[in-house]
Amino acid sequence: MENVKVTIDGKIVEVPKDYTVLKACREAGIKIPTLCYLKDVNQIGACRMCLVEIDNIRGLQASCVYPVYEGMNIHTNNEQIRQARKVNLELILSNHNRECTTCIRSENCELQQLSKELNIKDIEYEGEKNAPPIDDISPSIVRDNSKCILCRRCVSMCKDVQKVNAIQATDRGFKTEIGVGFNKSMNDYNCINCGQCIQACPVGALYEKRNMDQVWKALADKEKYVMVQTAPAVRTALGEEFGMPMGTRVTGKMVTALRKLGFAKVTDTNTGADLTILEEGTEFLDRVVNGTGKLPIITSCCPAWVKSCEQDYPDVLEHLSSAKSPHLMMGSILKHFYAEKAGIDMNKAFVVSVMPCIAKKFEQDRPEMEARGARDVDVTITTRELAMMIKEAGIDFVKLEDSKFDDPIGEATGAGAIFGATGGVAEAAFRTVVEKLTGHEIEQIEYHQLRGEKKIKEFSAQAGDRTLRGVIVSGIGNIKEILEEVRHGESKYDFIEIMACEGGCIMGGGQPIVNARTKEDVNVFEKRAAAIYEEDTKAELRRSHKNPFVLRLYEEFLEKPNSHVSHELLHTGYKKRDKYPDECKKQ
Amino acid sequence: MLENKCNCGDGNNCNKISEEAINKIKDIIESHKEQEGALIEVLHEVQDYYGYLPFEVQKLISEEMGIALADIYGVVTFYTRFTIEPTGKYRISVCLGTACYVKGSQKIYDKIKEKLNIKEGEVTPDGKFSLDAARCVGACGLAPVMLVNEDVYGKVTADMIDEILGKYE
Repeated sequence: MENVKVTIDGKIVEVPKDYTVLKACREAGIKIPTLCYLKDVNQIGACRMCLVEIDNIRGLQASCVYPVYEGMNIHTNNEQIRQARKVNLELILSNHNRECTTCIRSENCELQQLSKELNIKDIEYEGEKNAPPIDDISPSIVRDNSKCILCRRCVSMCKDVQKVNAIQATDRGFKTEIGVGFNKSMNDYNCINCGQCIQACPVGALYEKRNMDQVWKALADKEKYVMVQTAPAVRTALGEEFGMPMGTRVTGKMVTALRKLGFAKVTDTNTGADLTILEEGTEFLDRVVNGTGKLPIITSCCPAWVKSCEQDYPDVLEHLSSAKSPHLMMGSILKHFYAEKAGIDMNKAFVVSVMPCIAKKFEQDRPEMEARGARDVDVTITTRELAMMIKEAGIDFVKLEDSKFDDPIGEATGAGAIFGATGGVAEAAFRTVVEKLTGHEIEQIEYHQLRGEKKIKEFSAQAGDRTLRGVIVSGIGNIKEILEEVRHGESKYDFIEIMACEGGCIMGGGQPIVNARTKEDVNVFEKRAAAIYEEDTKAELRRSHKNPFVLRLYEEFLEKPNSHVSHELLHTGYKKRDKYPDECKKQ
Repeated sequence: MLENKCNCGDGNNCNKISEEAINKIKDIIESHKEQEGALIEVLHEVQDYYGYLPFEVQKLISEEMGIALADIYGVVTFYTRFTIEPTGKYRISVCLGTACYVKGSQKIYDKIKEKLNIKEGEVTPDGKFSLDAARCVGACGLAPVMLVNEDVYGKVTADMIDEILGKYE
């Protein structure tokens, strides 16, 4: 790329000619306030915070969308620029519900931070405010447009990155609102509950449906035996909520905190993941060896992907594994096996899942996710909600000692842990499937070609004389080509892993929210992924089929993978879903 | 809080589109098949035919054209010419743009409201007339301007209202 020379505040810098003014300024170490700008997602020059002055160009320009050119002379700090930025920010604030103390994003709000940085003292423009209704009908997500600043970061995320396209700017002028339209809830639309819009939102306009109160209530109920399980991705990011460096593995502290909160049993969803590998892996082998079902098999542990499949690719549903997702399997086992063995009344057993995901709330709520009259899981909370609970309980998380998951379920394998990153489910599955196919132990269990941030990763694995081909799709926005092939019977793969969030569950919609500016400097995926692979290498056992609790489970209860009991408790089915349901609710 | 409601209009009968209307709308879309960026034209033609663009109609367009419903709704609500509510057989628009307003179009607008006994965006009980305000129709030289469907009336005064509306009795 050719370089150009530009002058920024009197300093000459050389930058590639496809840079924007903002990018050039950042590289020159000059801080320019931004709000609607989100790297790689949203660059539309809407908020007018990043205004700069360019010699010989009339008026101030939005630096995030202005390309550099040779000889450009840029000014970023003078009275006119500062005033313009302030006025624009005050105008945004004038139609913003400024109830900061009770806002979910208080202290983690980019608007609040910017108001502080620009020294906003009072807002001159008090006038009419939009007061749109809060949409909290979805089991996963809440939209409060009184907080919305119309930056459109969520719209770009939904439309351009995830390609779900559920929300859009509606109406015009003062009445402009982000939503699905027709005064409808996101719940009645093609929203897949991935929650990436929450990760994109700079303010408190989007957040998860909070279920903490149900957890507190259950914990206070003497009649209930409350068990908790935590997904692999939670431990890689929970520490961020307490100011710990990104990528700190806090497994031990998390277990201690959960025990302090009063859970009777603290268990690991990773064991549920190990169980999933045996169920799904066996189903896969059966399809490969005996032709009992459609190939390629497609993973079904991501509930956002499952909803997308039901509404956008219903003709591909037969390819989905019938295995329930790990936390549902775990919930089912806690209730139907563990509770009975421990002499706990099944009706008193209560299972809480801590997940990096908001779609898990929707999944848990699906009517079919139950067995023998008991819900698989009773309440699902996010990583963020767990952090809120720990804070509310006055637990000093950083200073906690480490402790281990409760016996007899105990520690899971490293294979269960890596479920949390893109490619992890495939890697865990192949560690087991290849050994089962060949009948002997494999030395090399790390599949590095399945790791990393690439959106599409192809791989093949040799099992005896058989070559198994697979592909990993990271991000629901990247599924189209691969699924079109499946749809037309032209797929060259045997195994497809799909995760709706780019990077997998560690980047899920329920994880701690990272500020847009931090995202420019830090690769969040790399940090959290490193933590999850460390969890794997530090594990005593790294193959799902070696998990002692899972082995015991088959011996004493389930008989064998895909047995009759397994099917009753651990498997399910999916059917076509209307993208925009319009059934009359009044009748 | 948003109400958990369906999109069935006022009564308990959902606005199901007739088979005939579905086919007609599909024909309109088909006639623009090869054309890029045809959404706005399709919306115009469908609205001319169906009268308005309710949920069911936009959903059909979304499915047939492969455009997300949220995007279509965004376009429909951006342009005042499109409506998601039923309109009268004759749509009256009075221009309240700057030039017309200065020339007294507000009086015309008020007179029509009084005469038909409806407010902005409403339809007369017999379904004949609906009323809305337009923001400049590009005929400022004729200000004040009003439209009844595609008919344009220029240099309108309040006294002319009875005569104009009389044509559509």
